[in-house]
Order: sequence, then C-alpha cells, then structure tokens
Amino acid sequence: MKVLIDHLSKVYADRRGESTEALRDIHFDIRDNEFVVVVGPSGCGKSTLLNIIAGLLSSTSGQVIFEGAQTGSRPHTAVVFQDFALFPWRTVLKNIVYGPEERGLKWTDQLEIARKYIAMVGLQGFENKYPHQLSGGMKQRVSIARALANDPLLLLMDEPFSALDAQTRTLMQYELARIWEETHKSLLYITHNIQEAVFLGDRVLILSRRPGRILDIIKIDLARPRGEHLSLEKRYLEYVDAIWGHIKNQAREAMEEIG
Amino acid sequence: MIGEVDRPMLEKAIVRDKTYFLQMKEHPWLSIASLMMILLLWEGVSAMGWVPHLFLPAPSSVLSEGWTMLKTGIIFKHIFSSLGRILWGFIIACSLGIFVGILIGFFSIPEAIGNPIIAATFPIPKIAILPLLILWLGIGEASKVAVIALGVFFPMVINVYTGVKNVDPLLIKAALSLGSNRARIIRKVIFPSILPMIFAGMKLGIGIALLLVVAAEMVAADAGIGFMILTAADLMQTKKLMVGLIVLSLLGIFFNWLFQKLERFFIPWKQ
Repeated sequence: MKVLIDHLSKVYADRRGESTEALRDIHFDIRDNEFVVVVGPSGCGKSTLLNIIAGLLSSTSGQVIFEGAQTGSRPHTAVVFQDFALFPWRTVLKNIVYGPEERGLKWTDQLEIARKYIAMVGLQGFENKYPHQLSGGMKQRVSIARALANDPLLLLMDEPFSALDAQTRTLMQYELARIWEETHKSLLYITHNIQEAVFLGDRVLILSRRPGRILDIIKIDLARPRGEHLSLEKRYLEYVDAIWGHIKNQAREAMEEIG
Repeated sequence: MIGEVDRPMLEKAIVRDKTYFLQMKEHPWLSIASLMMILLLWEGVSAMGWVPHLFLPAPSSVLSEGWTMLKTGIIFKHIFSSLGRILWGFIIACSLGIFVGILIGFFSIPEAIGNPIIAATFPIPKIAILPLLILWLGIGEASKVAVIALGVFFPMVINVYTGVKNVDPLLIKAALSLGSNRARIIRKVIFPSILPMIFAGMKLGIGIALLLVVAAEMVAADAGIGFMILTAADLMQTKKLMVGLIVLSLLGIFFNWLFQKLERFFIPWKQ
C-alpha cells in the first residue's frame, strides 16, 4: 500500500472574496509501515494538509490517493487531534470502541479490540472513567487507542502532544515510539517541534511558511527502538540542527508577519 | 549619606486578599428563619383580627383546609386533571421541539423555512391563542393540551436549535473520521451534546406549562387547579383558593427537583 499526496494545493477564500493560499503543490507519498513527520513553522498549513488527507476538508487542486490498498472494510484514515476530541458522554471504553461500533462489529469483538489497545496504551483500570476525570496525557492515550482500534490504513496525528505540559509530552513521545514499534502503522504526524519530528520519524517533511511548500524531505537514519538515550546522540542532534537551519528563517518571517 | 536621607520612611504593609467578598457564605438558617418569620407574622396579623379572615385567612386555617381536602380526596381530582393536561402538553411539545430543533439546526433548507415562522409566532402570548384553539378544537381537553404544548414548544425548539448550533465541530469531525454517517452523527454526537440544553428547555417549559394550565382552566373547565381557584374565589372561599396556590408552588418545586434528578441520571458525564 502507498498513500500518494498528489500535487495538493489549497486556497481559502473568505466572504469578502479575499483569498489566502495555504498550501502550494504538496507532492509526496507515505509508504507502508512508514512514520512520516511534517514539520513547519506556525501557520504553514500543516493542519490543512492533514485535514485534506483525512477527508475533512476539500483541496483546491490535487488529490489524495490510496494505491494498492486491500481496503476491504478498513477505513482509510483515523485522526488523533490536538485537543483530544473525546466524546465526553462516553467512557474510556466506549470512546475506544466507537470506530468498531460504526463498522458494525459484534460487541464481543469490539471488546476484544478495546482490551488490546487499552493494554497497549496503558489505560487498564480506567475503562469506565469519563474523559473529564482524566489528565491530558491520559486523554490523549484514549484518543490514540480510539484511532488504532479503528484499524485505519493510515493513522493521522495532528500535533497530538501540543496541549500537554512539557514533561508529559516527553513521556508521551517515548510511549508513541514504543507503540509505533509494536504496530508499525503507516503514520503521518504533524508537529512544529523539531526534536519530536527527529525522535519519531522515518522521514521528515519540512514545510515552508504560508503558502506551505515542501522545502526538503529528510530521511532520519536512526536505529529503533528509539528511547531516552537518543537525545544525547550526535547524529540525532545533527538532524535537529539541519532541520532548524531550514526552518529558522521561515519561522522568524512567520512570526513577524503575524505580529 | 544623602540617598539615605531622601528615602521615604518604609512602612510595613501586609497584602490582603482583595477578592474576599466574592466568596459568598452560606446561611442555611437564615433562609429557614425568614420563611418562618413571614408565616408567624401572617398568623399574628390574622389572630389579631387586623384583616378580615375572608380576605386573609391564617396560614394554620389554610393548612387545615388543605388537610380536609386531602382526606376527602377532592384535591386529587383537581391535581390529577391539571397534571394530565401538563403531561400530554409536555410530551407533545418536547418531542416536537427536539425534532424540529434538530431539523432546523442541522439542515439548511428546514432552517430557512422554519426560522421566520418561529420568529413570527414566538412573541405571541400563548394565552391569546387559546380562544382560537377553543374555536378549532372545542372546549374540551384538546384545546387545553394544545395551548400548553404550544407554550412549551417554543423554549424547547429554541434551546435545541441553539444547542445544535453550538455542538463542538471537532467532535463531529472525530466521529466522521471514525466512520459515522450523517444520521449517526445526529444520534451519537448531536443528541448527547444537546441533552443539557433539552433539560434547560424542560425547566423553562414547566413554569410556562403551570401558568398556561391554570389560565386555560380558568377559561373553561370542570376540574383542575385553575378551575378550583376560580370557583373558590367566586364563592369567597379564600382558604380553598390559597390551598390552590400552595399546590401550585409545591408542583413547581417538585418538577424542579424531578428534572434535576433526571438530569443527573441522564447526563452522568457532567460533574
């Protein structure tokens, strides 16, 4: 399977007829079992890109194509949102089985799937809690389990750890690296955090500021499993530095433009 | 040193919490005491004979009248006929209000059609429509139920509509990304999202329903709290009239309590 992002462009038009170009000619692919990270300065259209791939937004031109996918009943994508987007009226367990429920699976099968992912993300004992009873880190675990439980061809993550405090965020990065190494899901991950991008990704796409264009695609050649030790490794730091070199000026210009 | 001399005298200043008055204290005793005081004062005024009993009977005599009406069961006839009308009006109004509210909140064509109709009919005092309803539906139960239904429908439909408009779009996106279609979105995202608004509409509605049932029964009825109050007034049975008022107050308190319980039960995810 391969997901082809085929020359995507997106222009937003507001009511007064003024248009804003968010994305320009984005072209890349995501291969089977690949962890692709998109990194870019704020306002570069990262989230726009993810929403188009998720089918939650239409593109102005270009397409998203799932090639050679033995889709069957498997959904194309599932999204982990920055703000969790958990259903407040559903318990942890009921949130996680939402996708399987919508696919019409038997309750026993739903339960089996839920058990598996609850164990994977470390939510045992929290099955019957409501989202408002959980911390931010726990909520995002539920959201990750919910997306995984739907068994999508491509998992999409939109700055999933941005709403978390710095320490929780670091721990969740380790967790995600471990979970991904267990599942090897094709994954597209959006972030503005360069360390996070290098730590997690097989490939890192660098987007320019608005209109977002691909500045570079960097293959991250770091061994897995990746863990805490990585943050001191020379090659890791070199990758971070190289990407920062790309983004620095873009970020500065973006900052001044917004101000 | 010169600098030392120029410096003003340092005083000790202790920082105080400026928000202390925002923390409202609870005074449970005061609430009960004030209620008791009013009743005592009233009883006293009656006992002194300052006001004729015909106009202001003593609370104790109102209570004993109420007790007699309870024992003979006559009061239940009135309570249950009023409650029956409220119940039917309420059920019709709530189901219709929720249905229409979701329809005009979620779909653009019903919204374009429904909004001006609601905006035009909402301001009419519902009691003013009662004569028309009697003309159409007759003097029996149907017109009374209809006027209650009409009165409760509007706060319900407006609440539900507002609720649908304020559903978190992120939750809809999440449901879509997990494979929901539009019908499922309504059932599994919109409906639970607007449940608090539905309960708010029901709480508003019950006040209106009590008002309208009494008004409708005063126009034409042979039983009900409104009928009881009006006939008592005609016959100068002030005690009986006041029993009617107490029953209405108790009904209001009861419904508020009931909806609060129901809300807790149906919306367990709210703290």
